[in-house]
Amino acid sequence: MIEAEDLTVSFGRVAALRGVSFHVERGGSFGLVGESGSGKTTVLRVVAGLIPDWGGRLSLAGETVLARSPRRFHRRLQMVFQDPYGSLHPRHTVDRILAEPLAIHRLPDPERRIARALDDVGLGPAFRFRYPHQLSGGQRQRVAIARALVLEPEILLLDEPTSALDVSVQAEILKLLVRLKVERGLTTVLVSHNLAVVAMLCDRIAVMREGVVVEETSVSALREERVSHPYTRQLLAASRGYDPALARRDL
Amino acid sequence: MSVDAWLLAEAPSSRRQARLGEAYRAWLAFRRKPLAMVGLVTILALLAVAAAAPLLATHSPIAQDLAARLLPPGTAGHLLGTDELGRDIWSRLVYGARITLVIVTMVVVLVAPLGLLVGCVAGYAGGWLDSTLMRVTDIFLAFPRLILALAFVAAIGPGIENAIIAIAITAWPPYARLARAETITIRESDFIAAARLQGASAARIVVRQVMPLCLSSVIVRVTLDMAGIILTAAGLGFLGLGAQPPAPEWGAMISSGRSYILDQWWVATMPGIAICVVSLGFNLLGDGLRDVLDPKQR
Amino acid sequence: MNPLLEVEDLHIGFRTDRGVIEAVRGISFAMGREKLGIVGESGSGKSVTGRAILRLLPENAAVVARRLVFDGLDLQKVGAREMRAIRGGRIGMVLQDPKFSLNPVMRVGGQIEEAARIHLGLSRKAARQRGLEMLEAVRIRDPERVFAAYPHELSGGMGQRVMIAIMLVAGPDLLIADEPTSALDVTVQMQVLAIMDELVTKRGMGLVFISHDLPLVASFCDRVLVMYRGEIVETCRADMLDKATHPYTKRLLEAVPVL
Repeated sequence: MIEAEDLTVSFGRVAALRGVSFHVERGGSFGLVGESGSGKTTVLRVVAGLIPDWGGRLSLAGETVLARSPRRFHRRLQMVFQDPYGSLHPRHTVDRILAEPLAIHRLPDPERRIARALDDVGLGPAFRFRYPHQLSGGQRQRVAIARALVLEPEILLLDEPTSALDVSVQAEILKLLVRLKVERGLTTVLVSHNLAVVAMLCDRIAVMREGVVVEETSVSALREERVSHPYTRQLLAASRGYDPALARRDL
Repeated sequence: MSVDAWLLAEAPSSRRQARLGEAYRAWLAFRRKPLAMVGLVTILALLAVAAAAPLLATHSPIAQDLAARLLPPGTAGHLLGTDELGRDIWSRLVYGARITLVIVTMVVVLVAPLGLLVGCVAGYAGGWLDSTLMRVTDIFLAFPRLILALAFVAAIGPGIENAIIAIAITAWPPYARLARAETITIRESDFIAAARLQGASAARIVVRQVMPLCLSSVIVRVTLDMAGIILTAAGLGFLGLGAQPPAPEWGAMISSGRSYILDQWWVATMPGIAICVVSLGFNLLGDGLRDVLDPKQR
Repeated sequence: MNPLLEVEDLHIGFRTDRGVIEAVRGISFAMGREKLGIVGESGSGKSVTGRAILRLLPENAAVVARRLVFDGLDLQKVGAREMRAIRGGRIGMVLQDPKFSLNPVMRVGGQIEEAARIHLGLSRKAARQRGLEMLEAVRIRDPERVFAAYPHELSGGMGQRVMIAIMLVAGPDLLIADEPTSALDVTVQMQVLAIMDELVTKRGMGLVFISHDLPLVASFCDRVLVMYRGEIVETCRADMLDKATHPYTKRLLEAVPVL
């Protein structure tokens, strides 16, 4: 479904991606893990077509995508962003946020689609005419998910969808994403710094650092600590909490 | 259910209720600011005076009565006195409110959309379009406003319509700058990225996503600018390049009263007070609106 | 043993247009020279509690407590001047993002020196010496270089170490750290924790560690307070957290995704 080969991106003189390759089969879910500045979000934005200049080869659902070409994938690929406070238009009601994509693509029967989208993400009709500032972080992220799904895409890109949320809300959103993924047979790419979050949603993961993939592995291998790269081990150790002996050795 | 509860409902059940509720919340926030309310009342009073001018005026604003020239305020029948041609100053001020309102409204109708459009397009598009539009804006900004307006009026001839056009031409660049600066901060936000992902065209994004967010700061800027517009119009009137006699334009009234300022102070002072009060009214209103329309401040 | 910090029946409210919002409703705890974790989700009142101890809340906050005693000193009775001396002198505070807590237009060295001169009354030369020692104490390998750097030239982890160094200059007895590692990458996070751990152990300092990250607190601290809606719902030894009894704590533990 997604095939990326040797993706490169630079911002000015800084090389953000230095040859990243991966592929995700139809219905698969792929996780990109790394720390800030590793280039994981940049990969997602290239796939989404939000970065105009990049090098390498990318094909989505068998169609080759070229840099700087107008995108025709809008209905087939959608994205959920990290910050639920910045990803919703502050002056639009939930209704308008969901109606806008339907109007752009002139889809029939918007009333029913909006109602269903809200229902799908666990928000009732009561939320339909609220403004984003009347919603909690978790509710906003549900709206963002509804907006992404209202166009019935095949590919869903998730950029740290829960990192701005409280733990208990995070758990609910992750559960929702898992359910929707299964129900709709979505192909997903999830970017996160949290190994446990990625493990919940994905089957394969790539660990990124400084613009390259240092290791690609399966989640089950990760669970059994069958990883080869020292950086992956470091991340894995850190995800198990604070270990005084280990931390002191690193100093 | 009371109207109040309906408007403030956390979960509105229709588009209309949501929109009205939002406006009502803004009004509640506005109402808590006494100075802003003073501004609002002043402007509403100006509107009322302009609308009811024929009822409020005691005389015709242009009828001369040389027998009754330069009467001081309080003279029977002439509340604020008369000018050098014996015209009733109160009546002239009342009718002058109409001219002031026409100038202000026309300038705003011309300026705000133009500045908003130029700024949003430049800010969103970036690149050569941005550079071109902004250099043009800078050229206009480089001249002092009154001087530029003077040059335009001198070129196209005096008169109230031309004064309006001249003020409009000189007033839009700051709006373009403002809208551009806002647009640039909005451009990179995730909800714009989401709109692009949905396949929205650049024009659609500018009109439906960017402009509504720039609008509030433009509205605020307009009300703050009103005072300047009135003063520029008065300045042009004062120099004889705006409204032509015998039209009761406030600036022109000050200009003609200037010769008598030492002995008959009221001829120039009364329109001066009117300009002052209305300018202040718009200023206070603008200040209040800024706090109410900016969701970050509310 | 005399406790280092005693808080009894602490109430914190905020006056707003719509009446008083109660952020903390009568919490009590005492701590010694240990690592005390305060855990909770947003709105639980954990950060406000930390700030109330140092009187760092905005004007519209009302803080009332039956007892608020630090090392025998009634914090509710000290004047504004004394409070300034306590802040950064005897109680240090480290906030989430070093980007916002360091002065961007002042060299790191200048900021450390200033702390040393204010709280210890040292000469310029001695202050510099003390500053370099502190940078070494937080395991900065090249203190001279960092001393001459501006905050924006430092990475997030480095900036947070500098922040801790500044707070350590006066040799405080208590350090309040509010989400000190949340803005940092996980691997750097561990290093900063290790530094704080070492300092507490070596210098016999008390540490209040405020965080939303339950597993992290459980593995790092000695004791944990779990806050929910302005109340402490659970107090227990950190290594016993998995045997917590309060339903909220249980729910919180269950919500944490595990690998």
